[in-house]
Amino acid sequence: MTAQIAVFLVLAAVAVAGAISLILQRHPIHSALSLITVMVALAGLYLLQGAEFVAAVQIIVYGGAIMVLFVFVIMLLNAGEEERTNMSSMAHYVGVPLGVVFVIEMAYWIGRATLHMNARASGVVSTRDLSNLLFREYVFPFELTSFLILIALLGALVLARREESE
Amino acid sequence: MVPTSYFLVLSAVLFGLGVVAFVFKRNILTIFMSIELMLNAVNLAFVTFSRALGQLQGQVFVFFVIVVAAAEAAVGLGIVILIHRNRGTLNVERVDSLKD
Repeated sequence: MTAQIAVFLVLAAVAVAGAISLILQRHPIHSALSLITVMVALAGLYLLQGAEFVAAVQIIVYGGAIMVLFVFVIMLLNAGEEERTNMSSMAHYVGVPLGVVFVIEMAYWIGRATLHMNARASGVVSTRDLSNLLFREYVFPFELTSFLILIALLGALVLARREESE
Repeated sequence: MVPTSYFLVLSAVLFGLGVVAFVFKRNILTIFMSIELMLNAVNLAFVTFSRALGQLQGQVFVFFVIVVAAAEAAVGLGIVILIHRNRGTLNVERVDSLKD
């Protein structure tokens, strides 16, 4: 077992454990922290694949901005523990095994279909190549994303604004 | 070098766990987080295929997915705040006025 595979296994175990913890935790803040764990582990996996830029963006935007937004909203709404609803016994005894079977089936068939797929022997991707692609070939989609961000900003502002009483 | 299929299996497992969380969780904030988890799983698949095919386009797509996820989180959390203000709860089972 090479060192790379060992690193992969550790990071994958952390990511899967975080995802399972996201499901099992009842308090939203614990779920949010589990999700941050998953995202940091995924950033490590991107580094392992030589995608440095994506790894940095993953940490900064996902781990930094988006999750801070989530934690901030949890704090703002003072979200408490998820109340236990009377989940019917059928949902409990049929739904949980079905969920487990779904995950295993998906992993099995995707793993089987791509078993013989080999990575091209390419070294570390340079961020310069990526930015050439992003700012030359994909410059219009890139500019469109700035419009998207602007519209999302306005939308969030309009939604969260307190209505003026008439 | 780690085989491509390992990454894709991990991606599938994370996506499946995201779907399971989406179905099982009752808190609207946690449901949002499970959507982010699914997006992350897809990003991992994009990066993996980008490496496997020796093309950079996959990483550009990851960049766009992250931007869209950020926009979605901003608008979605605005909606969550609005729901909490109007109905006083985050439990999706209590936000059921369309049923009546």
